[in-house]
Amino acid sequence: MATAEATAPTTQKKKGITDRARAERKLAWLLCAPAVIAMLVVTGYPIGYAVYLSLQRYDLRFPDEKEFVGLSNYGDVLTSSTWWGDVWNTVVITVISVSIELVLGMAIALVMHRAIFGRGPVRAAILIPYGIITVVAAFAWKYAFDPTSGFVANLPLISDTAQPLNTHAGSLLVIILAEVWKTTPFMGLLLLAGLALVPDELHEAAKVDGASTVQRFFRITIPLMKPAILVALLFRTLDAFRIFDNIYIIQPGGALNTESVSILGYNVTINRVNVGLGSAISILIFICVILIAVFFVKALGTSTAQQRGET
Amino acid sequence: MTHKPREYVLWTIGLLVVLLYALIPVVWIASLSLKTPEQVADRKFFSGFSFDNYSDVFSDDTFINALINSIGIASIATFISIVLAAMAAYATSRLNFTGKTLILSGALAVAMFPPISIVGSLFDMWRAVGLYDTWPGLIIPYMTFTLPLAIYTLSAFFREIPWELEQAAQVDGATPFQAFRKIIVPLAAPGVFTAAILVFIFAWNDFIFANTLTSTDNARTVPAALAFFTGASQFTQPIGAICAASVVVTVPIIVMVLIFQRRIVAGLTAGAVKG
Repeated sequence: MATAEATAPTTQKKKGITDRARAERKLAWLLCAPAVIAMLVVTGYPIGYAVYLSLQRYDLRFPDEKEFVGLSNYGDVLTSSTWWGDVWNTVVITVISVSIELVLGMAIALVMHRAIFGRGPVRAAILIPYGIITVVAAFAWKYAFDPTSGFVANLPLISDTAQPLNTHAGSLLVIILAEVWKTTPFMGLLLLAGLALVPDELHEAAKVDGASTVQRFFRITIPLMKPAILVALLFRTLDAFRIFDNIYIIQPGGALNTESVSILGYNVTINRVNVGLGSAISILIFICVILIAVFFVKALGTSTAQQRGET
Repeated sequence: MTHKPREYVLWTIGLLVVLLYALIPVVWIASLSLKTPEQVADRKFFSGFSFDNYSDVFSDDTFINALINSIGIASIATFISIVLAAMAAYATSRLNFTGKTLILSGALAVAMFPPISIVGSLFDMWRAVGLYDTWPGLIIPYMTFTLPLAIYTLSAFFREIPWELEQAAQVDGATPFQAFRKIIVPLAAPGVFTAAILVFIFAWNDFIFANTLTSTDNARTVPAALAFFTGASQFTQPIGAICAASVVVTVPIIVMVLIFQRRIVAGLTAGAVKG
């Protein structure tokens, strides 16, 4: 339907360029309006409402005591050791899992790029973690590491009584493993797309000049892939920073001090129904996400500018 | 290009490692789903082949309702998201207008948006307007959060369509509608289909909205239902039943991935690289 209408402006060429341009703009805005309105209403309005709620004392258990309290909710959050502990957990999980994903994803991308045969099965296999429900994957890993039911404790070389899920560090490791398993394929596919953009001629030329495989990888492939790497890192870092599902399943409620900031926001808002305080946490998470995005977008801007200047 | 035997060996090993990596958790959960409660403790792969867990979950109203909710909510959200995104993607990929960059960056911003930041607000708003624990209460956020993905994927595909064919068909005597239906629809269908798969996977996978915006079988989807599954005793999770239910919801995704792997990869990379 949309396309049929869209041909109208092109058939009215005689009317002059400005009329046509105006009609085109009007049509474009009409076509975009529903999507734009939906995105504004469902993200813009609630975030504004969250800012408003974060300035209130608003606990659903005592709805009558709702009143404006200024920035005191933010003060409460920022002076609590729970918040900073959770920020630390989230940063640890994000940095470690994204770093592992970058290395593993690059390996998968290189393997697929140089595929001799069986490219289809590999592609299908790595899409399974991508497609599987995160909650399901989290259960799979939780039960794999469970000391009474899991196969991991039954493996050779691993102590029969190993109970990683009963310790803080062990739990974080299992959570990171689940996160890495699920999202490395996505990273690998993004890097594979970036790898395809590196021209073969450069490699041939460098080979003639006597560059080794390792040299070519670090001097040609990596620099040329920098924008693709940064985009992949941006998406995955933001995604990892929002980690929720894996922790919720593997250590319900963020037990053993495995809470992430999203779990904290959930616990305060939904379980303890302290909507005011929870909203302050939500807004602080939102600000963190903006800072991360700005950092990567700046880095991306510099690297693409550099590349344009060089080539 | 010819390859040395050594390369074949290395590649075969790489291939096996990747297959093993992807399949271990899936095989493990399938293995657990086939065990009786006594066999669960033996910590071995495929020690039992009992389908009791499957008959249990399929006679459990909670799971059946969750399955219906998941399929219904994800399908409706996908449909609406694709229709809205197709309109916007057509505009951004084919028409010239001021504000195009603004719309695309806005969509990118929504793609990076942390859902946890608005679940509190939505929880409060939905309860006030009666959307809490209803299908529309989940369809609305799913539709919105998948719009950026759908818009970017679709505009990447739309840019590749040779739109001149439409005019050519009209010159040959086709009406605008015929030209659209016989030329453009078949050309655009693969892209639309790809975007639909990606959007569906997103909605099917979501846990945070499903968990916070529902409270009963009325709208609770599978991921949330799995998290609240309780067995005979409230304090032990029914491992077999959870695994059987997990397998039931994973098999369709695996089948989809196997059939449409090329398209999914094209869609994922098209959307991201352009972004």
